[in-house]
Amino acid sequence: MAEAHPVGFQWVMEAKARGAKVIHVDPRFTRTSALADTFVPLRAGSDVAFLGGIINYVLQNERDFREYVVAYTNAATIVSEEFVDADDLDGLFSGFDPETRTYDTSSWQYEGTEGHEGDAGSAESHADRETASGLQHESHGGATASQTQRDETLQHPRCVYQILKRHFARYTPETVERVCGVPQDTFLEVCDAWASNSGRERTTMLVYSVGWTQHTTGVQYIRAGAILQLLLGNVGRPGGGIMALRGHASIQGSTDIPTLFNLLPGYLPMPHHEQHETLQMWIDEMSHPGQKGVWSDAGAFGVSLLKAYWGDAATAENDYCYGYLPRMTGDHGTYQQVLDMIEGKISGYFLLGQNPAVGSAHGKAQRLGMANLDWLVVRDLFLIESATFWQDGPEVATGEIVPEECRTEVFFLPAASHVEKEGTFTQTQRLLQWREKAVEPEADCRSELWFFYHLGRMVKERLADSTERRDRAVLDLAWDYPTHGVHDEPSAEVVLQEINGYQVADRTPLSSFTELRDDGSTVGGCWIYTGVYADGVNQAARRKPRSEQDEVASEWGWAWPANRRLLYNRASADPQGRPWSERKKYMWWDEDKREWSGPDVPDFERDKAPSYRAPDDASGVAAINGDDPFIMQSDGKGWLYSPVGLVDGPMPTHYEAAESPFRNSIYGQQGNPTRKVYERDANPTNPSPPEPHADVFPFIFTTSRLTEHHTAGAMSRYVEYLAELQPAMFVEVSPELAQERGLEHLGWAHVVTARAAVEARVLVTDRMVPLRVENRVVHQVWLPYHWGQGGLTTGDSANDLLSINLDPNVLIQESKVGTCDVRPGRRPTGPALLDYVADYRRRAGVAGDHRIPIVTAGQADASAEGD
Amino acid sequence: MAEGGRGARRRGGGRGGQGAELMVPEADFRSYYGRAILKPPVWKHDVAIYLFTGGLAASSSMLAAAGDLTHRPELRRAGRASAMAALLASTFFLVKDLGRPKRFLYMLRVAKPTSPMSVGTWILTAYGGAAGLAAVSEAARATVVGSRLGVLDRPLVGVGRPAGLAAAAVAPALATYTAVLLADTAVPSWHEAYRQLPFLFAGSALASGAGVGLIAAGPDDLGPVRRLAVTGAAMELAGARSVRHRLGLLSEPYLTGRAGRLLQAGEMLTVTGITGALLGGHSRVLRRLAGACLLAASLATRFGIFEGGVESTKDPKYVVVPQRERMAARAAQEAERGHRTETVTPSDEAGTSSPTTG
Amino acid sequence: MVSRNSLSGPLDPTPDAGYVDPPARKGFFTDTSVCIGCKACEVACKEWNEVPSDGLNLLGLSFDNTGSLGADSWRHVAFIEQSRPVGAQSFEGPPTGPSGTSFLGMPGTALPGASQDGRTDLRWLMASDVCKHCTHAACLDVCPTGSLFRTEFGTVVVQEDICNGCGYCVSACPYGVIDRRETDGRAWKCTLCYDRLKGDAEPACAKACPTDSIQFGDLDELRERADRRVAALQGAGVTEARLYGHDESDGVGGDGAFFLLLDEPEVYGLPPDPVVTTKDLPDMWRHAGLAALAMAAGVVAAFAGARR
Repeated sequence: MAEAHPVGFQWVMEAKARGAKVIHVDPRFTRTSALADTFVPLRAGSDVAFLGGIINYVLQNERDFREYVVAYTNAATIVSEEFVDADDLDGLFSGFDPETRTYDTSSWQYEGTEGHEGDAGSAESHADRETASGLQHESHGGATASQTQRDETLQHPRCVYQILKRHFARYTPETVERVCGVPQDTFLEVCDAWASNSGRERTTMLVYSVGWTQHTTGVQYIRAGAILQLLLGNVGRPGGGIMALRGHASIQGSTDIPTLFNLLPGYLPMPHHEQHETLQMWIDEMSHPGQKGVWSDAGAFGVSLLKAYWGDAATAENDYCYGYLPRMTGDHGTYQQVLDMIEGKISGYFLLGQNPAVGSAHGKAQRLGMANLDWLVVRDLFLIESATFWQDGPEVATGEIVPEECRTEVFFLPAASHVEKEGTFTQTQRLLQWREKAVEPEADCRSELWFFYHLGRMVKERLADSTERRDRAVLDLAWDYPTHGVHDEPSAEVVLQEINGYQVADRTPLSSFTELRDDGSTVGGCWIYTGVYADGVNQAARRKPRSEQDEVASEWGWAWPANRRLLYNRASADPQGRPWSERKKYMWWDEDKREWSGPDVPDFERDKAPSYRAPDDASGVAAINGDDPFIMQSDGKGWLYSPVGLVDGPMPTHYEAAESPFRNSIYGQQGNPTRKVYERDANPTNPSPPEPHADVFPFIFTTSRLTEHHTAGAMSRYVEYLAELQPAMFVEVSPELAQERGLEHLGWAHVVTARAAVEARVLVTDRMVPLRVENRVVHQVWLPYHWGQGGLTTGDSANDLLSINLDPNVLIQESKVGTCDVRPGRRPTGPALLDYVADYRRRAGVAGDHRIPIVTAGQADASAEGD
Repeated sequence: MAEGGRGARRRGGGRGGQGAELMVPEADFRSYYGRAILKPPVWKHDVAIYLFTGGLAASSSMLAAAGDLTHRPELRRAGRASAMAALLASTFFLVKDLGRPKRFLYMLRVAKPTSPMSVGTWILTAYGGAAGLAAVSEAARATVVGSRLGVLDRPLVGVGRPAGLAAAAVAPALATYTAVLLADTAVPSWHEAYRQLPFLFAGSALASGAGVGLIAAGPDDLGPVRRLAVTGAAMELAGARSVRHRLGLLSEPYLTGRAGRLLQAGEMLTVTGITGALLGGHSRVLRRLAGACLLAASLATRFGIFEGGVESTKDPKYVVVPQRERMAARAAQEAERGHRTETVTPSDEAGTSSPTTG
Repeated sequence: MVSRNSLSGPLDPTPDAGYVDPPARKGFFTDTSVCIGCKACEVACKEWNEVPSDGLNLLGLSFDNTGSLGADSWRHVAFIEQSRPVGAQSFEGPPTGPSGTSFLGMPGTALPGASQDGRTDLRWLMASDVCKHCTHAACLDVCPTGSLFRTEFGTVVVQEDICNGCGYCVSACPYGVIDRRETDGRAWKCTLCYDRLKGDAEPACAKACPTDSIQFGDLDELRERADRRVAALQGAGVTEARLYGHDESDGVGGDGAFFLLLDEPEVYGLPPDPVVTTKDLPDMWRHAGLAALAMAAGVVAAFAGARR
């Protein structure tokens, strides 16, 4: 956190100054570790085992916050007797189809709800994986029956609590030491500290970032953290919770108002051509008739969005232009697209502030894909590598791209920087902060808003006389935004007002998403943002200093939904509505005023008493009981066990990374059996046990950031004050590894995988710690991923080393762990580089059409054909 | 290698590696990656040359004045000419060494006693005026006598003696202030030598002036010139010896490397020059060679001192070790003082046992 | 006893420099125990003061690629990786004296081939260094053009329209801070953002520092704060915490920018016992005077009674 969020880290330092204890768990000793009280080095990719160990510790030692767990989680809920756990299936769960490598999740359901529409058959699971539908559950919650069978004594053998206990029983301190390389006493110190600092009087916060998400089991990492925090009663309470640090200042906004293929604003799913053929099917998918929760109003959210897009052209008669919305037919994710580009299936590409040649996994695939386009539009601050790959990328040196023959026509449009335009950023706390424009952009630089508005305007003008039906989708777009200034800049405030939503009749801004309607009378660009322009005031622009407010500081910016700062804050009070303790008081039920009270907006109906019990036939918001704090879940409880919503299992399970030097010693199933793979000759994966020749790539590598640079380097390598702080691409190795491989401090080394060989200067440091895992020493190396061949400081790109192996729930790439070899000296150049890497592939046995077997459960060490 | 051992002080960074031989036992200290703490002087060899030319100018003027007062016109002429040449060279090198040479006159904005460079600027200015006038007078005497510009003759010639005497009066300050200039820095081997450097520089100046004298002297001038040479050489040698051996660790830069070699050469050239001056008999050639040796010796010595100082800024040990020693000595002193206080007034113990509150 | 125009010892330099009714003396307290090594101070300083880049050199002194303060680096973050024996909690260690320092692969250094069992806990010190704005500033004392001067805030600043690059200040500074910019010829160093102080704003580095490692304010208030902080740290078992440059009776009369360190100063590249060179200046002039007299006497003696 100190590396990537130094300004945010000041609050950790403040906490430390008040006596908080900071524990840092990471493969590498970073600037965060330097300020932490305890540093725990662990093997990259083994976090589920580590967290599982802590979960096991909490359960075995009964250190969970029992009242919280019973009342607020699904610990007491009884699961179908058809469910078979990974313990009994060597790492698989019941319902696995080895053909499609997906699960039929009907056996995972709560007892009495099997066959409910919410669970997924194999086909649905497959589609879910293709379309990363897990993302829509980010605010959606899983859908299952609202009434379930529970045993609040937690003794029933099939209650979630017991299932959890059995599931994690293997994750002993010895296992953690063996699998993660964390000494038992250190591990137990962490367990004890965490458990001791949780409960009525104390809360512990879990902070993570992309070191957790960017794995083929990334979503399960987060789930494991959530389970632990729920068991310890840390969710929805002040000083607790799970804080996801983001990798970019507005990346939260990029899923809220998405730049993702499978989502529409507010986490409405992009319609699927089969599953959502009609407007009603689409709405039903979201609202799940009969479910608890606010999604019952999904019709209003959806229709209001359509009204925002197509304005007056969207009427009840034409289903509000639902037919104009594009439909998903499968995987349109960025990696699929890049591989499609290589195969010539895609002709054009817009890159907006994105540099996949450096920032995305498998750099060579990215560049070769772009080299096969007809046209490419790049908008950025500098001529980034993704714009110049055709003339100075690594493939030019190897001869794979010949500049004179490359067909791609690149249009580079200079972009305005964040101080040259106004608008909002949405950061990790879901906080929208409006930013003013400080200076006008120079020369031809323009904002994204300007670009898209005028592009749309010009396209509409070109199509004005068209009679084709397909062009109606563009022509009918409501596109009348006022512009101002010498460049005809569209008004960002007006766009924000549209996002907020308003009454169609008189453009009165809405103040809450409950005012949205499904009859076409409201416009709502993003229902979770409704309220940001409440009362016609730009709430995101508020800047009341914290010195003039309490610690919740509700009058700085605006957080969605409804300016709630702490989600699920109903859980900060006990089932009777009293704070769990005076010390951790946050929200409570005021019996006199008959409402929820406290410094924040209650994440609950303000006037719903703790004693409220929903009638049996209730649905929607009315189905939420007075003691169901997790209002987005269909059963109102926090999920220790996820009956629906996840493609790879109801509980986190330790799988090795797609590339690992170690055989999974907990189960026979080596890696995530449902992970998304793209089996192409161009996308080889390093072999992992039980495959032979894993020793060709004996070391583990991980990538992350330096404070001095930013992501793919376009905003830092070109700035001399930053470039001079970290002026060269480097690799960190332990002194032990340096000796083993003959590496010299500040000398050269190159790191090799089946995809590429990348060279870097060597930094020999004790901060890289060799670990003892499975009874042998394993070395980890670390690379920053900021470098490319452009700018003031240039170097090879670390992401060229990565393969494309994705988490199946959200299609995030596994960029935080892989295997590699490290050799002294610079790498070969020119065509010799291709031969060098090809030789490694041959020796590793992954050349050509060899495919890594993915399903290894039930097989000892035989290498079987995969799917 | 010290495996991060408890309590072990790691030796200074990688210099010499394992088992390298050093003349002085390896000092035990800690540093930041063995990097220098101080900045090396930005002065180039221009300043080292100036040390020589300034001293030469000073002693030349004194030689000229002495020659003037004792009716030795060759010495007077040679002294004044040499002073002028050295003065011009001094000015040239000083201005050239500035980062902004065009701003050299800014030196005259202030007169600041805490700045030896400011004091020196004024010394040089005063000296320059006087020596310049004396030189012009000498030139007038040499060229104008007997010409038609008779009306300027007498004042120009007449001003020569007072100007020359004035220059000679300022000269000792000119020759010695540069020692303060070097010593009044954080440069360890210069600062530590502040007691010796003035005598070294004075001696070196005298010897170089004597060198001019030897080159220009007629057979009747030998006596004074030889005595001057011996005086200067003795001071120079004594000063150099002291600097090279009496400063503890901070003598090391004057004994090693290029500085060591230069100072060694300076010493040898001085001895050679003196020998030649004293034993050269009446040989004009030997006399002149001896004079040249003394001049070369002075130049080498100045360069040696200059380089030695520069070297002492490059290794942190020259800062850390003496300072730690100083701190240890101070602490020992305070401990002793404290001990003495206790034993001297034991009766205080009773008085300090409990405060009285009235 | 300190009198006006003292060259050493405790002193309030601003009235001593001639200011009547100046504002309180301003300075920095840099608490390195909360530094996270982000280098925002280096960048903010360069941005505000338009300091040129130092060049792209991989020094690899851990994460320090700046190396030291200089004409083109007015804030410098030092990084020191240290190994400590296992069992000692972070920041606890032997009460005095050195901790084992494991060198980070200096060129030519043999690499430890320790087995994993020989490993120790790690400590990573980070510290932002800056011009000390000494009470007795040698650079100011020796400047021959009057370019360096004491401001009304008690800070030491170079007037760049006067400096002629004589370089004397460079050799006078006991901390190795000020240097001559080769592309420009003049001497440059931290101004404690004199222009920002005049505008009632804090210096750029202090403003940018996210953890308040760099604290700006009235110097005596900062000293009090520092005393409390070091007492708190030592009370918490961080026995190696100490203040540096805070003491008025030290060799430079105390620094306007002082520090809380977690190890000996030389570990950070700071001189353990800096003394302003001017302290010995009167004695130096005395010696020079004697030498001058000796020189004159030598000439007189050589020529006396030797009339031709």
